[in-house]
Amino acid sequence: MPRTGPAKADRCRARLYKLPRLFGSQAHRARPGELHPIRKKKMSNLIEIRDLRVAFDGVAVLHGIDLDVAPGEALGLVGESGCGKSVTWLAALGLLPDKAHITGSVRLETQELSGAPRQALERIRGGRIAMIFQDPSSALNPVIRVGRQICEALKLHRRLTGAAAKTEALRLMDLVGIPDARNRFDLYTHEFSGGQAQRLMIAIALAGEPDLLIADEPTTALDATIQAQILDLLVTLRREMAMAMVFISHDLAAVSQVCERVCVMYAGKIVEQGPVTQLFNAPRHPYTRGLFDAIPRLTGPRQRLIPIPGTVPDPRHLPDGCPFSPRCARVQSFCTTQRPDLLPQPDGRQLACAYPVPLAPIAKNTAQKQKIYQ
Amino acid sequence: MIRFIASRLLRAALTVIAVMTFAFVVLRLSGDPAQVLLGPDVPQSVLLAFRDRWGLDDPILTQYFSYMHAMFQGDFGLSMRDRSPAIDLVLQRVPATLELTIPALILQLCFGIPAGIYAALKRGTIADRGVITIAIIGFTVPSFVMGLLLVLIFSVNLGYLPSGGSSTLQHAILPIITMSIGGIGVLARFSRSAMIEVMGQPYIRTATAKGLKWRDVVRNHALPNAAVPIVTIVGFMVGSLIAGAIIVETIFSWPGMGRLLIVSVTNRDLAVVQCILLLVAAVMVVSNLIVDVLYGWLDPRLRNTPAAH
Amino acid sequence: MTALLEADSLVRIYETRRGLLARPTPVRAVDGVSLQVAAGETLGVVGESGSGKSTLGRMLLGIDAAQDGAVRIGGKPMPAFGSPDWRALRARIQMIYQDPLSALDRRLGIADQLREPLEIHQIGTTNDRNQRVHDVMHSVGLRPDQADKFPHELSGGQRQRVVIARALMTDPDLLVCDEPVSALDVSIQAQVVNLLADLQREKGLGMVFISHDLKVVRNLCDRVAVMYLGRIVEEGSADEIFAYPKHPYTQALVSSVPQPGRALTRRIILQGEPPDPANRPAGCAFHPRCQHAEDICRRDVPQLRKVARDRNAACHLLTPSNAALPLA
Repeated sequence: MPRTGPAKADRCRARLYKLPRLFGSQAHRARPGELHPIRKKKMSNLIEIRDLRVAFDGVAVLHGIDLDVAPGEALGLVGESGCGKSVTWLAALGLLPDKAHITGSVRLETQELSGAPRQALERIRGGRIAMIFQDPSSALNPVIRVGRQICEALKLHRRLTGAAAKTEALRLMDLVGIPDARNRFDLYTHEFSGGQAQRLMIAIALAGEPDLLIADEPTTALDATIQAQILDLLVTLRREMAMAMVFISHDLAAVSQVCERVCVMYAGKIVEQGPVTQLFNAPRHPYTRGLFDAIPRLTGPRQRLIPIPGTVPDPRHLPDGCPFSPRCARVQSFCTTQRPDLLPQPDGRQLACAYPVPLAPIAKNTAQKQKIYQ
Repeated sequence: MIRFIASRLLRAALTVIAVMTFAFVVLRLSGDPAQVLLGPDVPQSVLLAFRDRWGLDDPILTQYFSYMHAMFQGDFGLSMRDRSPAIDLVLQRVPATLELTIPALILQLCFGIPAGIYAALKRGTIADRGVITIAIIGFTVPSFVMGLLLVLIFSVNLGYLPSGGSSTLQHAILPIITMSIGGIGVLARFSRSAMIEVMGQPYIRTATAKGLKWRDVVRNHALPNAAVPIVTIVGFMVGSLIAGAIIVETIFSWPGMGRLLIVSVTNRDLAVVQCILLLVAAVMVVSNLIVDVLYGWLDPRLRNTPAAH
Repeated sequence: MTALLEADSLVRIYETRRGLLARPTPVRAVDGVSLQVAAGETLGVVGESGSGKSTLGRMLLGIDAAQDGAVRIGGKPMPAFGSPDWRALRARIQMIYQDPLSALDRRLGIADQLREPLEIHQIGTTNDRNQRVHDVMHSVGLRPDQADKFPHELSGGQRQRVVIARALMTDPDLLVCDEPVSALDVSIQAQVVNLLADLQREKGLGMVFISHDLKVVRNLCDRVAVMYLGRIVEEGSADEIFAYPKHPYTQALVSSVPQPGRALTRRIILQGEPPDPANRPAGCAFHPRCQHAEDICRRDVPQLRKVARDRNAACHLLTPSNAALPLA
């Protein structure tokens, strides 16, 4: 039996649908081994984002994002501060303040989310798409007991109340690895450490049995050994629940551990997209390349780091043409006048660059890297 | 918890004693009660006799200790005007003051807090700015100006409401409104900023991302957090209500403790003044104590609980 | 040759209350740390929250007093905090903090802030000072036209350069850096780290680099000390310690750094939480999370001792002859 791929996802999903649920797509039961009825029709995407643009006070921060997430897929979204990786999903879920100006289309299967009425978005949030955030200790309400915060989500999406809700909440707490859940059910947020608070957030996110989990820098504020635990947990949960996941991070290596496909964003646009191994072995966009080279290596000889010169542009004063051109070592005159589109490449990735790095393996040392830049 | 309350009570008692001492000293330094009470034409011998009877020529420390000694036995001194026990005079007037301050406090809570929260939720809109403007007018206009203005409009010009005295319910309307306006403004402003700060916190985004309806996010997640700073302000406002009572009772000829205080200070009726101050200090201290205890209940981070491991 | 900086069995205890009413419990933030830094050398101090590394940094500067043990600068003991000698010593040791925005004064232009250390220590004439400001700005890569900007007008990387420039104004012998690049983006991190390395090489500075980011420490530092709950559990050269970690905690720490190409399943995932210094386990502080823990580990605190050439570790199960615990 194949270990990964659509058949396994379907088996997991089948198992999932067999779990007792008060609300469930009973009509969509699939027997093990059989392709899920909906997917029999067409291999459709779970999420399709087309030309998503976001502006704050007249300043555009997202310049047209096109993105697909397939059911059960793990997508990584990588970029530095200000590139718009969080804004994309906050906009999709309608979590941006009202003064944000959003255009474009975000489809969840057949439903259009962009501009959808508030009630429709409230049903989607938590129920079909859940989001967890950075700094879990401040992302949980400090004056409400954690058990109650989980039960709130259970009541909202699965109509569970009272003892049934508590039982399910305890089960979720066990699932995410909170030790001694029964005695900790009535504790407050500040009585948990950062790693445990993140587990609680994950439990709350799972309460609605979402199809997609968006993890916005979930491990950035945590210690290294705890980061490893949380990444491990996310991978396990995703496998067991056949959930799609979007993992937003600036940590390329963490993303590679968890995701199958990666999007690299810069200044409000996707610049490169493709399967993880492809991107990591041979990044083609100069920015992606620069990001890889700038990351110090833990193994191997001691090396001088290779930065990307310059800084991320101010969204109010974007350069003409490609936004990366002022910092790019491969810039040509075309780059400063025309903005390259995100185009599919023969090897399956997507790339927004007119003069990409030629396909070659990652440089092993500084001298080689600098040579590539020439 | 016992130690907590005990230490707070001790501190409260010390505060009250400090207030008393301060008042004691200041009153005795600031003028001669004999002169004031008996008038300027009285012969010296009468003045001396008066002072002797009330012990006003004794050294100040003697007077202080004898007063404290008497106080701990329940004797709060006699009024110099009519020789009745000071405490009785004061307690007689307390209900009248309560008739004004309690409704005023209720009005402040019922109008000020919701107005501030509403303004915070509609931040940046005209409604928000309107509320803020009205709030600012409310707390910057001094209460005596506000009181006189209201009297002018409603009593003198329109004749709807009486301007003085305390015989009917109608008499209470203007005083209560005057007393509450400043506090409504202050509470509205503070509630608004407390709410704005809470709404910007990360956990509000988490609650919204859960799929909660907006009003549930506000009611279940935002308000309990905004309650903590708001409760602090309410604690302070109890004190300013009492201060406001003094002015308002004078303007509206309301027979409450505030008016008694003014009269007694003018007459240097020492025992009565001290008695009133003692009562006011006690009320302030108790209200702050209640606020402290409420804190612990509202914000679990302040309670004594060990971290979970 | 006397080391530039020497710390000898430093102990720092502070009192903390658990909640409003509990009795104050003493917390040993730093529990017997000894280290040395020579001129021109960079010592990395790594650890997670609760390890005491930030407290150690402050003790090395003399900001936090040591309840036991001593710090010596150039052979002489550290003067008391706030004393004139201590203030004069500030010209020789400087600190660089994590958040540049809060380390800089919002209301002063950069050039003014850079000139301030010279004014405090009365170095040079006015002309000399202006010239020095100009020179140092150039050496950290700031442009002359940025001299009158305010901190909030600069980017994160530029602000951190200002902080570094300010630290260099008095030509110090030693820099203590507490997470100086953690708040910066990856590409800017690389710029600032290179800058620190270049400056150190040019001026022969000693540097203590406190960080939780192993990758940066590996490439910048000569020697590394790994801290856990206030004690050093392993120390050695940067080249060796991350390639061949011996102490189980170091092994787990190294293993927790995600590496592209190495799957998650081959990692050591530590169970449990980073420990609370107020709730110190008996014996070896790491034993509750250690897969090799034995009885002796639960009873006795291991001392830091030599387990290989140029490697010290504090573990009962590591001896010079048996200095290799199997990676699980």
